[in-house]
Amino acid sequence: MPTPHTALTRALDNRNVLAALFLLPAAVLLLLFLTYPLGLGTWLGFTDTKIGRDGVFIGLDNYEYLWGDAVAQLALFNTLFYTFVASVIKFVLGLWLALLLNKHLPFKALLRAVVLLPFIVPTALSAIAFWWIYDSQFSIISWSLMRMGVINTYIDFLGEPWLARFSTIAANIWRGVPFVAICLLAGLQTISPSYYEAASLDGASDWQKFRYVTLPLLTPIIAVVMTFSVLFTFTDFQLIYVLTRGGPLNSTHLMATLSFQRAISGGSLGEGAALATAMVPFLLAAIMFSYFGLQRRAWQQGGTDK
Amino acid sequence: MTDATATPEAIDSQGMNYLVSLPRQIVTVYAPLAAFLFVLLFPFYWMAITAFKPNEELLSREGNPFWVNNPTLAHIKKLLFDTAYPDWLWNTILVSVVATFLSLFASVLAAYAIERLRFKGSRYVGMSIFLAYLVPPSILFIPLAAIVYKLNLFDTRLALILTYPTFLIPFCTWLLMGYFKSIPIELEECALIDGASRLQILVRIILPLAVPGLISAGIFAFTLSWNEFIYALTFVSSSEVKTVPVGVITELVEGDVYHWGSLMAGALLGSLPVAILYSFFVEYYVSGLTGAVKE
Repeated sequence: MPTPHTALTRALDNRNVLAALFLLPAAVLLLLFLTYPLGLGTWLGFTDTKIGRDGVFIGLDNYEYLWGDAVAQLALFNTLFYTFVASVIKFVLGLWLALLLNKHLPFKALLRAVVLLPFIVPTALSAIAFWWIYDSQFSIISWSLMRMGVINTYIDFLGEPWLARFSTIAANIWRGVPFVAICLLAGLQTISPSYYEAASLDGASDWQKFRYVTLPLLTPIIAVVMTFSVLFTFTDFQLIYVLTRGGPLNSTHLMATLSFQRAISGGSLGEGAALATAMVPFLLAAIMFSYFGLQRRAWQQGGTDK
Repeated sequence: MTDATATPEAIDSQGMNYLVSLPRQIVTVYAPLAAFLFVLLFPFYWMAITAFKPNEELLSREGNPFWVNNPTLAHIKKLLFDTAYPDWLWNTILVSVVATFLSLFASVLAAYAIERLRFKGSRYVGMSIFLAYLVPPSILFIPLAAIVYKLNLFDTRLALILTYPTFLIPFCTWLLMGYFKSIPIELEECALIDGASRLQILVRIILPLAVPGLISAGIFAFTLSWNEFIYALTFVSSSEVKTVPVGVITELVEGDVYHWGSLMAGALLGSLPVAILYSFFVEYYVSGLTGAVKE
């Protein structure tokens, strides 16, 4: 006759019961604070909820309003521009830095550790350093350029729309390059040196080795790293919030910072949620592109037929 | 000028690169690398030097701004005694440590279940964990703010401790799944035959073997929590509950008067703990970072 105790132990022997038990803590936290808000955010986007007041369903009104809103349009443009320019430069510089670090250098481990520092420290705090570097009156860049005789007035890095866009992009690149470089370096280290020896024997130039050995073998990891990089950049918030709060003239507002401004500072939770939800299709597109576009080509070039 | 110093080890350790002449090596490798390092490290140098500069030197265009003539501890003193900075530091430590351990606990169990218990649908659970990893906080913070408010958690440390795992658990679980996969299943089968329960196997066999993975996941989770900004900015409003990044941004900037010295000291002190921790565990951190990307 099974006592409660043996019934319990028997239940625990069942993998499905045990698995459910093991998954419980993670599932509770993720369902409550990730899946549910994801759904709730989508729903809020269809309502006119304000802080402190429950909203009612208003269909696509928020989206229609945002579609015609000049600031929202500008934020969309800024986000795409910011993501595109920063990602391309991060990729090029990151790959270059990875190739440099992959050479036999003295203090290699130390170099690698130091390079990753910008990625480790809180972005909000390193952004303050950039804020000071970009200061309109005491900028060290302006000071140096003045001394070299390149300019005769101080540059207002964050005060003029296009200058502000490029200044924030530069700060984003500064933070992102180490991530790209270290991940690609890990990829480079998995490439067997024998490929390069074989290529050398066949008389390949450095460029040919890079183009026909390194790049194809690195493509899968490039796809993953750049997907992450694009996702981080597209949804960036801290850097803009600290450096410009979206100004001057909303010229650096990203969708994330605008949704914060509308929802939290402005109190229109519904509108902010709609803006945040509007980012999802772009993120999905980036993931799909990387998954179906780049990955598949990698398999083909790797020699295994898909 | 670096010719003489760089020659011996450059030739020794270079494999096929001895074919490349040294001047060429300097132009193609060392000069670009030095430029990268300069740009990547300059903001830290600038942060540090500003933190020790007296106000007169900060606000003068005379002299050499790259150096500090009369270093002062006034900014750091102001930060520690005239602001709530010590509170913010304590909050950040508390929230990061608790959120990290909570996430590790949940992730170890989840990763083991997904990777080793092979229950019905484990593949799909693994996939959804990966997808959860791709959901950015800037999409979640508005509905999360509403939820935090409804749960009466607004303006508490608990709000942060409970929401940080949403980005920590997916990452840690994904990383630990990779580690668990590398542990031979035969070890577990032997233990099962000897009559060990699954929990005993997990605690006595898997966890000791997965210590490097646990450290990687832990360090990574800790730095992510330390750096978190948008949730801490949204879910907390009283000064004594703020974390360092949010406190520095929201409270040290007073109107149009920027106290650059204390701002930089705040940024420096807030970056140091995580940088020091990282320096002890670089290898683990990098393997966590790259491991998660490579999978």
